[in-house]
Parts: sequence; C-alpha cells; structure tokens
Amino acid sequence: MSEIADLECRELSKSFLDFQAVKDVSFSVPKGTFFSILGPSGCGKTTLLRMIAGFQEPTSGDLLIKNKSVLDVPPNKRPVSMVFQHLALFPMMNIAANVGFGLRQRGVDKREIEKRVETVLERVGLPGVGNRSINQLSGGQKQRVAIARCMVLEPDVLLLDEPLGALDLKLREHMKIELKKLQAEFNTTFVYITHDQSEALVMSDQIAVMNHGVFEQIGTARELYYQPKTAFVAGFVGEANKYDAKVTAKNGDALKLVTGDGVELSGLDAVGGLNEGDRTQVFVRPEAIKISRKQADIKGMDNSHSGEIESILFNGANSQLLLRDNSNGAQINITMPQTGEFRDLTRGDNVYFGWEAEQTRCYLADKVS
Amino acid sequence: MTSDKSKLGFFLLLSPLLLWLMTLIILPHVGMFFVSISEKVGVRQYETGFGNYAVFFNEPLYWNTFARTAYMSIAATFLTLMIGFPIAYYIAKLTKGRTKTTLFLMCLIPFWVSELVRTFGWMILLRETGVVSNFLQYIGLVDGPIEFLYNDAAIMTGLVYTSMLFMVVPLVTTLDSLDDSLIEASYDLGGNGYTILREIIIPHAMPGIVSGCIVVFMLSLGNYLTPILLGGKDSLWFTGLIYSQFITRFNWELGSAFGFLLLGLSSLIVFVGLKLSRQSLTETMGR
Amino acid sequence: MNFKYTCSALAILAMSASAANAETLRLLTWGGYAPEAVIEKFEAETGHKVEVTKSNNEEMVAKLRATNGGGFDLIQPSQDRIAGAQEEFGIYKPLDLSKIDTNLFIDSMLEATKGNTMMDGKVFAVPHVWGTSGLVVNTKMAGSVKDYTDLCNADVAGKVSYRLKRPTLIGFAFAMGMDPFAAYGDADAYQGILDKVEAKLIECKANVKTYWDGGDEIKNLLRSGEVIASMAWDTGGWQLNADNADINFVAPASGALGWIDTFALPSRGRADEAAYAWINFVMQPEIAAMITSEAGNFTASKGGDAGVDDALKARYQTSFPQEAVDNIKWYPAVPAGLEALEGAVLDRVNAAQ
Repeated sequence: MSEIADLECRELSKSFLDFQAVKDVSFSVPKGTFFSILGPSGCGKTTLLRMIAGFQEPTSGDLLIKNKSVLDVPPNKRPVSMVFQHLALFPMMNIAANVGFGLRQRGVDKREIEKRVETVLERVGLPGVGNRSINQLSGGQKQRVAIARCMVLEPDVLLLDEPLGALDLKLREHMKIELKKLQAEFNTTFVYITHDQSEALVMSDQIAVMNHGVFEQIGTARELYYQPKTAFVAGFVGEANKYDAKVTAKNGDALKLVTGDGVELSGLDAVGGLNEGDRTQVFVRPEAIKISRKQADIKGMDNSHSGEIESILFNGANSQLLLRDNSNGAQINITMPQTGEFRDLTRGDNVYFGWEAEQTRCYLADKVS
Repeated sequence: MTSDKSKLGFFLLLSPLLLWLMTLIILPHVGMFFVSISEKVGVRQYETGFGNYAVFFNEPLYWNTFARTAYMSIAATFLTLMIGFPIAYYIAKLTKGRTKTTLFLMCLIPFWVSELVRTFGWMILLRETGVVSNFLQYIGLVDGPIEFLYNDAAIMTGLVYTSMLFMVVPLVTTLDSLDDSLIEASYDLGGNGYTILREIIIPHAMPGIVSGCIVVFMLSLGNYLTPILLGGKDSLWFTGLIYSQFITRFNWELGSAFGFLLLGLSSLIVFVGLKLSRQSLTETMGR
Repeated sequence: MNFKYTCSALAILAMSASAANAETLRLLTWGGYAPEAVIEKFEAETGHKVEVTKSNNEEMVAKLRATNGGGFDLIQPSQDRIAGAQEEFGIYKPLDLSKIDTNLFIDSMLEATKGNTMMDGKVFAVPHVWGTSGLVVNTKMAGSVKDYTDLCNADVAGKVSYRLKRPTLIGFAFAMGMDPFAAYGDADAYQGILDKVEAKLIECKANVKTYWDGGDEIKNLLRSGEVIASMAWDTGGWQLNADNADINFVAPASGALGWIDTFALPSRGRADEAAYAWINFVMQPEIAAMITSEAGNFTASKGGDAGVDDALKARYQTSFPQEAVDNIKWYPAVPAGLEALEGAVLDRVNAAQ
C-alpha cells in the first residue's frame, strides 16, 4: 500500500478494571474508504471508536492519522469528527449555529462561517434551512445535519456510531443509500460501527467483524459472506444452518464428516488445517440448499436428505422453509425458490433437499467459545 | 353525561387548591390591602388613602433599607449560583448511583434542623469566642480574638448557606437532563471547557439557573432570622422593618403597606431578571 | 400562716365551686411567671386547667389586637402597656375588684397600678411581678460604667450592648439629664428629647458590639466576656452573679427603670372565673415566693419575699441600697401614639452607619 492510510491502528488495546474490551486490534483504512466495524453489542466496537475519537485512552498500542500518532492529541484537536448514536445536535441552537459550531471554535471569520455552512447544507441536500430549529426537522434531515456539522470541518476521518439505530425501518433503508452517496460526495474516510449486518454489507467498502475485543476478519462484503474465515463470521454474517460434526476422512480440502446423530456430510475445509478426528462446526447457507419433490433431482448432490415441512415463513422474495430432517430430526432452514413450482407447498409435505460439499464450510470447533 | 361527570370530577379535584388559594392567600391579602390603605389620623380614627405608601417613598430610610435588602439578596443569589453550579454539575454529571444520592442527601442535611438552630450554629462558629476565632489563634495566625459576626459578610454567609439547596436542586435536575453526548460532541467539534460551558451547558441549564435564582432571591429577600441574628447592629433588613411596624409599633397600616411594596418590588425585580435572561416564567417553572 | 393559707384555699375552693364547672385558663405571660409546680398545685386545688403561652409586651398587645382581644383569658403586660393600648385598640375589659383578694397585695403597688391603668373610673390591671432594668457590668473590666451614657465611653468600645427598644431611649434621656416621663403628655417636648437621644445613640453606635434581642442572648454575651457592660434586667445580672462574682447588676446613677407586670383580662376572654382564681392563687405569699425563685424578680404579694432564698435577697440588697430604691423611675402609662415617634427614632438609629 503505497498511499498513506487515513487511519491506522497498531495493536490497540483497552482494558478496564477486570475486563479487556479491545485486544491488540490492528488495521488501516485507506483514504476515501467506507470502513465498517460490525459486531454484536458488547464486542468492544464502541470502545474502539471512542479511542479513535479520543474520548478514551488506549491501554497500549498506537493510533495514527495520516501517519502521525494522535495518542497525545485531545479530542477537540484531533482531525476526526464523530456522528453520535443519537446525533447529539444542540437543541439550544438553530441549524446554522449547530453546523457552524466547530468553525466558531476555530475562530473562523463570521461571514466565512455563514458561507461555508450554507455550502455544506447544500451538499447534504438541505439548502436554506439554517434558521430553523432542530425540532422542525425529520429524522432523516437530522442525520444529514449531523453529518454536515462534522463535514464542514473537513475532518480526515468521520466516525459514525450506529447513527441509523433510532430510525424506523423504511427510513433506515433509505438512509443507507443516502449515507453511501454522501460518503462518495465528500470522498472522506468513514468509519462506521454497527451491529446490523445489512447496514454494513450494503454501504461498506471494507468491513471488520469484531467479537470479544478482536477482529475476526477484515474484508469486503462479498469476502465476508462467501469466504468467512472463522466460524463466528460464518454464523454472524448472513444466515446459515449449523451442524456440529466430526471429521472422519480428509482428502485435500474435501472432508467427510459425521454429526452427533450419525448423519454423514461432505464438506470443505474452509481455512485449512483440519485433521481427521477434529470436532468441527459446519455452516450451510439456506440459499445453497436445493429442494425437490423427486428424490432423483437431489441424488447427484454431495449431501442429500429428505424432510418434512414444519412451517413456511412467507416474506415475498425472502420466503423461507423450515424443515425437519427425517434422518436426524434436526431443523433446517431453506430459502424458498422463487420459481412457481413450490408455491403450493404446505405444512407436512415431504420433500428432498441437498447441497454441494463446496457450500459446506467447516471450521475447527475450538475456535468458537 | 360523561362530560358532565368528568367536569364535576375536575372541579372536585380543583377545590382543595381553590380553597387553599382563597382562604390562605387571597383573602388575607385583600384584608391586608384594606388595612394598608387606611391612614391613621387619630386614636381609633382612620381615613382611606395611600398615605402609608407615600411614607415609603418620602422617607429615604425605608427606601434605602429596601434597596439595601434587594442589593444584598441579589448578591447572595449570585454567590449561591457561583458556589452551587459547580456542586450541582459535580453531582449531576460526575457522580453516579449511590454517590450521587449520598451527595444529594448531604445537601439536604442542614434542612433537618430548624432555621433558628442553623443560624445559631453559625453564631457558635463565627462569634468572637467561637470556633473559627479560637482555631485561628490556636494555629497562630492571629494574636487576639476576632469577631466575624455582626457584619454584612456574616449575613451573606448565612443567606448563601440557607439557600444553597434551593439552588442546587433545580440545577441538578436540569443538568441531569443534559445528554452527555452533547458535551462530548461539542468537545469533538473543537470546543474547549470554556466554550462548552458558555454555549452548551449554561444555555441548557438556563431554566434551572433562573428558577433557582428566583427562589433564592425571594427566600433571601423574605428572610428574617438570618440578617437579624448574624448582622447584629447593622442588620437592617426590610422584613425586620415590617416586623417592627406590626409588633413593636402597633402600626399595622404601615406594616401592611410595606408588605405590599415588598411583594410588588420583588416581583418587579424578578420580572426584570427574567427579561434580562430572556426566559419566560412559564418556561422556567413548567419544566 | 397555716391558718391564713387554709383560709385563702377555702375561699378559692368556694369560688371555684361557684363557677359551676372547671374551665381552661389560657394564660399569656412571660417566661418564669407560671412555673410548672405552681400550675400543678393550682390545677389540683381548683380543678381548672392552665395553658401557658410565653411572650413579651409588644407581642402580647399585637396578638390581642389581631384577635380583637380573644384567644386568651388572662394576660400579663407591663402596667404602661394598658391604658394606651386600651384607648387605641380596646383589647382589655375592666377588672371586678370584688373578685380579687386585695389584702394579698402590697398596698402602695396596688394603688399605683390601679391609678396607672384607670380609664373612665374603671381599673384594668392589678400588679404581679416587678423589677428594674439598669446596667449589668463586669466590674473588673468595666468599672467605669456607672450610668447609661457611660456605655459610650472609649474604654469599653466594642464591648457593650443594649436593646434597640424604648427602655434604652428612656434610660439615655434620664442619664442625659432630661425627664422623658414628664414630657409624656407633650408630643413636641418629647420629640425634642428623642432628637437629642437619637444623636447620642448614633454617635454611640460604633461602641456597640450588637443590639441584643432576647434575655438569653445578652446573658450569653456577658458570660463569654464578649460584652462587658450592657443595659439589662436586674434578674439577668443576678443570675450571672451566681456564676461569676465579677458580673453584677448595677443601678445606674440616674436611676434604674422600674416596671410592673400586671394581670389584665382580654376583652373577649372566656374563663374569667379561672382568671380571678389564678390571680388570688399566685398572690399567696408561698406561691409568690415560688415564682420569685423561678423568675428572679420580686412580686407585689404582701410577705411574698419572706420565703425567698437568702442569696437572691443578698444580691438584691447589693444592687439596691436604699437611695437606689428611692431613685427608681417607675414607668408611667404610655400615651397612645408615642410608640410611633420612638419607632422612627429607633429605625434611624438602626440605619445609621
């Protein structure tokens, strides 16, 4: 990477009294990237973000912005800005004063402030709202004002702390696209934290999946989805059917496994290094499973089973079937094909289903706590 | 039918308040007003007129006493705010859970004893043979006993002490409602301690500041014991004048007029204060 | 003695019997004038109940004025607070002297009080407790203080105290060689005296540590040595003398100011029978002696000083040699309206810097 990274963390750690929130996290974010940190609540992502903003001091490690360590720089001097979870717009000021706050602190000339505030409001698509009060704005408009308030300072890095969490579903979907557009418009590095995988998947150039204070995997949305490197990522990003199984035979990456109930599976050693006799976790995406009324259609697949439909979760294009596997009684989740063929399936029908060994990703069970 | 019933319920619920207002506030004031506009012209002879009010404006003594009382009360209010704000900020923002409750209760403790006892407590501390004077002599800072009582500073100390709670409570309430992320956000956007205080914290706490100031000002202005006991020979206080008109002079007419003047003038000062701070009474008291 | 006691007890019993049933006596009085032991005895003998409220002259008049003479059955203001207040506010009712055992009273005091509280030929009060106000002085440290105006001497600067009340005005007037009592009837002459006193008090203000308000306050100041000379009541001086022989009551050269606290009936009092019973009860010499021990002051009861503790008598005699007794200036009745003149002076003194 020849270009200087906007943000770089080197073995960053943060410990509280009896608890290590962030453990040796290292990553770098190139200029102009939309970088998301995805993880369940309590994984340490908020602590990490607050360390970048400067509200918390790392226990060890280094933090660089444009290749310069900012550990000794207080938050009000760091070239990063933050959009807070509940936006933290100042209710005692009108919109123009809110957006101009940072410039006033820098001692910028009054007329210059006016000009720059109006420009940035235009860029976020809210021209001429400067004199209004915060309460007169809709949720989405408030988001944009919060971003404008940060962007007017032209920060090197913009931090966003789950800013879409408080919005209703429709608006959230809309704002995902909006945020991505704004990021492209300003061409500023965004570091976005969220526990919502769809937010991360839709908007990000790069996603880091975080769990128990460490980064499990950094990659593009595609990489995370199709080539998860750990069992946690496989389970957390997207949906998957999960089995616990033991490796009975190994041939290169191809594995033969048997579950606790004695069902045999063919699988793929996802990260390598599995040996005969290892206990594994096996993930199969619901959309990778093919169903049919006739056994013959499934026969040729690496894994083939039959089961009884327990329920149909109808959700338009995202409809799913819940099946009870006849061989071992395990529940399995299958995406309903959108071909009309299965429209008349009902509860209690018996169907055949199967998937390829390539779609059966296996990870060493010990990796998961 | 239902609306009639709910109306009846409304009036029934309202009646204790109305009764209280009428019998204990409005009626006595009406009575006082009539007393205040009767001028004494001889033994058991009275005429109606505003002569008693004129006395206040014609006699510089009374006018000056009011001015002094108002000025001292404003100073006490300001001092209470200056001391109370950091305390309230500490309680509201820098402590949590048990510590917060404990600190809050500690502000309340002085109010478990009567005002008289509290004031006597200060007299024990400040008098010439008192704790402070003896301590200073003991550590060798001064040679002889020092009298801290019987001056304006002693009055001020007593007033600030007595009113502290009434400043801290509304301040803690408003500061408590200030979202911490607003402070962090302004810090993140480049603000420093001073600008955050000026642009974020104070504007947010303004209703609390104003309501605290109104209460403390009114309490100080209407205080009787503290100025009399701690102020000694220079303890001229408007309420003391009213008391002596009523009790030692038997001059209820002038006393009542003074009472109304106190009510009117103090309301005027509060009104001016609200205008200057650009707050409205409904906004301040409605929170 | 025993016979006399029995007689009066019988008389009281007879009286209470005639009252048909027991009443509650609401007594408004000074601290020490109705000791618990006396109340118990009274209640046991007469069956009346007694409720005591403690107060001072001004508050007594103010309270009765507020209720138009109701709320109490017997009150004990000083004799100078009867006629003026009656004229102005009509808060008392005349006494029925036939219901009072006048033989129990020292004649001269009874006559003086009757004369002072007479209006339209009706008597409004009989005497109970008397005493004086003068100077209480720490003789070791403030030996120079012999008269009221000596409180303004440089050698006691910052260590004197007095009340900002009318006795101070009167005392200073006498010490300055004027006779305010003689000018009571002439408002202009009285104002002239007040003007001179006002000037003196303002000049003297720098000398004063603080104006005291309550009896306990001045005793406290004198005991701690923060104040070494003050205008005060005789009893306070005698009480302090018991603890510290240096402090004693001194009758001022221009004369101590003598006051007599009385019995008077509020105009709307309800328990007159109980009130008369109380008067006759407490004027018995034995009971009077009990009250003297409690309050520190002597009473108008004939022979009431016989049962008083010798130490108190001794202090009284030290403070009051015969010529000092003769020199006591007894307060005459205050004419209505005088308080307003005095009040204005006191306000101006208070405000002076």
